[in-house]
Amino acid sequence: MLFGKDAPRENIVVRGARVLDPGAAVDAVLDVRIDDGVIAALGSGLDTNSHRVIEGDGLLLAPAFVDPHVHLRTPGREDEESIASGTAAAAAGGYCAILAMPNTDPVVDSSATLGSLVDAARAEAAIPVGFLAAITKGQSGAELTEMAELADAGAAGFTDDGVPVCSAGLMRRALQYGAVTGRRIALHCEEPTLSRGGHMHEGAVSAELGFTGYPSVAESVMVERDLSLAAFERRPLHLLHLSAWESVQALRRARAEGVQATAEVTPHHLCLTDEAVRSLDPNVKMNPPLRSASDRTALIEGLKDGTITAIATDHAPHARHEKDVPFEAAPFGVTGLETAFAALYTHLVEPGLVPLETVLERMSAGAARAYGLDEPRVAVGAQANLVLLDLHAAYTVSEDLFRSRSVNSWLLGETVKGKVRATIAAGRLAYSS
Amino acid sequence: MAEIRVMREDLRPPAPPPKRHFISIKDITRDDVERLLATARTFERSLEREVKKLPTLKGRLVINVFYESSTRTSSSFELAAKRLSADTMSIKSSGSSVDKGESLKDTAITLGAYDPDVIVIRHPHIGAPQLVARVTDAHIINAGDGKHQHPTQALLDLYTMREEFGRLDGLHVAIVGDVLHSRVARSLIQALTLMGAHVTVVGPPALLPREIETMGCEATTDIGAIAAADVVYILRMQRERMQEGANYVPSLREYTARWGVTPERLRAGQKVMHPGPMNRGVEIDPRVADHADALIETQVRAGLVTRMAVLYDLLTSGPVEVKTESVLGVA
Repeated sequence: MLFGKDAPRENIVVRGARVLDPGAAVDAVLDVRIDDGVIAALGSGLDTNSHRVIEGDGLLLAPAFVDPHVHLRTPGREDEESIASGTAAAAAGGYCAILAMPNTDPVVDSSATLGSLVDAARAEAAIPVGFLAAITKGQSGAELTEMAELADAGAAGFTDDGVPVCSAGLMRRALQYGAVTGRRIALHCEEPTLSRGGHMHEGAVSAELGFTGYPSVAESVMVERDLSLAAFERRPLHLLHLSAWESVQALRRARAEGVQATAEVTPHHLCLTDEAVRSLDPNVKMNPPLRSASDRTALIEGLKDGTITAIATDHAPHARHEKDVPFEAAPFGVTGLETAFAALYTHLVEPGLVPLETVLERMSAGAARAYGLDEPRVAVGAQANLVLLDLHAAYTVSEDLFRSRSVNSWLLGETVKGKVRATIAAGRLAYSS
Repeated sequence: MAEIRVMREDLRPPAPPPKRHFISIKDITRDDVERLLATARTFERSLEREVKKLPTLKGRLVINVFYESSTRTSSSFELAAKRLSADTMSIKSSGSSVDKGESLKDTAITLGAYDPDVIVIRHPHIGAPQLVARVTDAHIINAGDGKHQHPTQALLDLYTMREEFGRLDGLHVAIVGDVLHSRVARSLIQALTLMGAHVTVVGPPALLPREIETMGCEATTDIGAIAAADVVYILRMQRERMQEGANYVPSLREYTARWGVTPERLRAGQKVMHPGPMNRGVEIDPRVADHADALIETQVRAGLVTRMAVLYDLLTSGPVEVKTESVLGVA
């Protein structure tokens, strides 16, 4: 389900880093030796032979991140992102694998379009990348795609991300037929008659600024509908970019009742609230919108107690001229691949809101599980998917830091802590700084 | 030219730095409002003269850029600039490069190349004035940005109320109608609460923004609440918002029956204001509009002098001192 360049695996020793893998119950200062792309030994004073040596003194080595929600804008808007630039940005952000959304131009709804992306990934991807295909043809919400053929062609899952599947009947059919593909269905939950015309969360800030509101309930009524359908059909599903308190409550209840639902949350929804919109900066405009402080608290609680299983960037590049307009005229979406860890470390871990271990787990194993990908592990015999982090480095986010073709980051100009020093993806050194 | 000398004597040394722009009521203080209202009153006296033009802003360039239709605001800004001897230019979105798809940023940069001292902008999008401020060196005056702010309207309304009641502190103002879509309401709520007035917003449930009370006003759907107010401020029912099955209210007819301001719903002596343009027979009964207690024409005159005050305040390094009127009396 993941595709990348067929390059030789490497021999590397990462020496003297604090190795932290919550899932493997590892937390110690160790050397990690990688032979031919596979973790061969963990220990002290390991022989480096002729391996490339990366000094990890004072740094943290963890399982590399997996981003289950990236917009690579290819095909159609290669001026905003390409497979090469998007995967390079991901490598710089500590990711060993990413999944691309199918809301491109044309939509990824045929094996022909999917095949061209797979070919491109094999030629240019800096790290392995997978592709989700659409649930409905053209994401128009009317007719199912040929899901079985798309799965055979390598689709990592199915989603109409960007728009909801409005028809409950069609949603049910997608869950039923999706069973034959063995792939997960992921849902963008938005009731369009409640969100129509909305530019930001409906609440005190929208009342004052005058923006048309996009209320929390526009998300949560669809979350409730889809969880009900999943329960009825006894099918798993993945909920994309949750933003509202009500959604977290509904998901927690459904999971307790045995519904196999996973869910993701973005760094920006975990770090910011609708107060940020007072700046009128188009780089805090996204769908779903930033919500109130109590919604943010619920997302953080959900992340900590495991109701929310993954952190996803929803990296959404936009051309500079399209964002350099008044807030209402700007498209939804912000970038996030390069800055996700720093944002979460600065806004959640440092202030003591979320343990570092939880952030690492939700960015890596938790995210991989959403679509049944292999979970990155620091363990002998595992493919080397590792990120080397400097938790002490403080720096100001500027445009020259981005490998993405777009710069619509909400963190521009902000001083953050936590820097990716190296990324090893699929046994290869994909990034170092 | 006695007027000139008087005006110059009235200038204070540039102690507090003058405001760079006039974009939102949120950006200004109670002192700023007091100074602007006093300056406006000074100009009102000057307009009583036979020759109404003052040379104050001679050689300055004021560009009016209107991306939305306007009668009152655009004409009063143009006249305000002309009364102060500034050069003026007016750009409308139709018939300009905007029709050809030019972005706001590029239009702003183009106009900025003429080195205007002030750009007055009205735009359908919230935050458009901030964008223009970012890409030009001109002082920016917000003449209405989407549903966000219309600060000079709020200022002229304060001026009108102050002239009528002699105070703003403790005044009770009921704002009636479509608050949801109204930049006038948002600016006015902020301006009135800044000056210590008490505000109640009244309208149909879906046209009162959720959590509007956090702006420091009361909110009710009961039209009977207007009886307690000193001023009943009626918002325009924006017909274009009521189409396409939006269902904010079932019909304009029902709106008028429930929330239209009629003589029967008013108490004797209550003052009535409306920012215009009015929909007679919809939100305001014609008998109310034409009654002596309606201050609607006064508002238009106040619009001219308050906009003169705003232009003057932005373009002179020192604000006008409050005691100017006595000095003018001597002159």
